[in-house]
Amino acid sequence: MITLSSLIKYFHQGSANEILAIDDVTLKVEEGDFITIIGSNGAGKSSLLNCIAGTYPIESGKIEIGDQDITQWPEFKRAKLIARVFQDPLLGTCAHASIEQNLALAYKRGKKRGMGFGVKSRDRSFFKQELQQLGLGLENRLLDTAGLLSGGQRQALTMLMATLVKPEVLLLDEHLAALDPKTAQQVLDLTQEIVTQKKLTTLMVTHQMKHAIQLGNRLIMLHQGKIIFDARGEEKSKLTVNDLLSKFYAVQGEELADDKMLLA
Amino acid sequence: MSWYAALGALEQGLVYGIMAIGVYLTFRILDFPDLTVDGSLPLGASITALALTSGINPFIALLLAGFGGFLAGMVTAILNTKLKVLHLLASILTMIALYSINIRIMDGPNISLLATDTVFDPLINFGVPGYLASTMFFVAFAALIVVGVIWFLYTEIGLSLLATGDNPQMITAQGVNTHTIIILGVGLSNALVALAGSLIAQNQGAADVNMGVGTIIAGLASVIVGETVFGDKTIPRAIIAVLVGSVIYRMAIALALGLEMGRFSVNPSDLNLITALLVIIALTAPTIKKKLKKV
Ligand SMILES: Nc1ncnc2c1ncn2[C@@H]1O[C@H](COP(=O)(O)OP(=O)(O)OP(=O)(O)O)[C@@H](O)[C@H]1O
Ligand SMILES: [Mg+2]
Repeated sequence: MITLSSLIKYFHQGSANEILAIDDVTLKVEEGDFITIIGSNGAGKSSLLNCIAGTYPIESGKIEIGDQDITQWPEFKRAKLIARVFQDPLLGTCAHASIEQNLALAYKRGKKRGMGFGVKSRDRSFFKQELQQLGLGLENRLLDTAGLLSGGQRQALTMLMATLVKPEVLLLDEHLAALDPKTAQQVLDLTQEIVTQKKLTTLMVTHQMKHAIQLGNRLIMLHQGKIIFDARGEEKSKLTVNDLLSKFYAVQGEELADDKMLLA
Repeated sequence: MSWYAALGALEQGLVYGIMAIGVYLTFRILDFPDLTVDGSLPLGASITALALTSGINPFIALLLAGFGGFLAGMVTAILNTKLKVLHLLASILTMIALYSINIRIMDGPNISLLATDTVFDPLINFGVPGYLASTMFFVAFAALIVVGVIWFLYTEIGLSLLATGDNPQMITAQGVNTHTIIILGVGLSNALVALAGSLIAQNQGAADVNMGVGTIIAGLASVIVGETVFGDKTIPRAIIAVLVGSVIYRMAIALALGLEMGRFSVNPSDLNLITALLVIIALTAPTIKKKLKKV
């Protein structure tokens, strides 16, 4: 379970180009929740995930996972509890390390690392088995460097790495955005499969309304750093793309109206 | 080139090769251009000089030198990671500070070590002729360092080091504190450089505060020559390449020094210029090639 209480995040606070990226967000995520997050460009979706992961410090508020207050934890320490897949396929893996070395690095997520061999021979069969699930033939390429893989293959590998050790929370930030439609669908299926199979608590940012509706048990919409819509269970399953689009236009219309008032 | 000059070049290539492996760790693996080495090489020599003239066992002196180098590297890395000083500037600051520190350690700009024990004594006592003892020692020691560094880079921490240089965001997301890894990596690099400094001082029978000038350039030249000639496809290959590159580089210098064109001949003091030009050419060649293709 994750609890975000009154999260506030500024960029360039106090300067002329101050941006309020997260504006007093409070969110309670239940164990096993799969939440999809939508919102227009600049709504604060990435900022929200980055604040949870500890990439950015927050100005005020509290972040708890389970009964641990992690607000003051540095990013690397939070990795014990949080796994991530980024939008950029290059960010998730180490290009110069082999597939098995990448998996070995991920297999130690949040644990102490020492002078033992990075890739242990006893783990290889486990890695192969896990790679087989991806259905990409990577189980036969353990020694190839990750830099040789295509974007989709790298993203699938990153998905696997993120869940090799079960995280308390999985954060996916538009992790399909850089992939072609067919590959995106494959990685999406994989996401659903892994999340269901391992019962992962997941936050997934997406620009695809369809995906946001199809996947998960809860949907939230962000706008200007605030949660402006939160649907779960039956309410969510009844949503249509048009419902969501009209909500978009509603808030954006408001913005236009505001602009007009300013200009008037 | 005489057989004697070739042997000398081999010897220098091996011992400076240990330094170059240190430079490889920061420059290539950590992506941390580190000029501390110009100070940590004479630091290793200074510590050794003080230790040897105080009657300390040469092998312990060697260890102390490595330890001193590690601390110097740590200082640079802490300035960079914790205090947010740009890496290049941080390393220049440490390098400059080391100049004063080295003079303090030696209580002067240089110390002669001709009368002291050295790490080569056991071999000489064993009956190996003096001019071969140091070469044999360097072959063994360089091999040990090469194997040690390769092994280290395959450990859990070593893999984290590779990943820190390659993709800090990824390795942070895997729970690694990149600051700790950078401090360790730059420390280790400078430990190797100081070990080289200690051996050089023992071999030439003197430690001098100015012996570090141009270390980084020689290290870079070795790394680049090695990559070009020997390749860097895998970690073991890349590490061995650095050592090979260093030997080739020293051989080339020995050849250049013997060169005479009419009244012109290359002076030892010209070497920094030649090396700098070499590194510039190697570094800019890919960019220039691209530009030429576009035209
Ligand atoms: N590192 C940063 N420095 C300064 N401003 C930032 C930074 N990251 C985000 N912002 C700003 O914060 C606001 C929210 O950005 P964020 O990246 O969270 O949006 P997003 O919802 O993820 O948008 P997108 O759909 O385009 O990815 C934007 O106004 C953005 O310009
Ligand atoms: Mg974003």
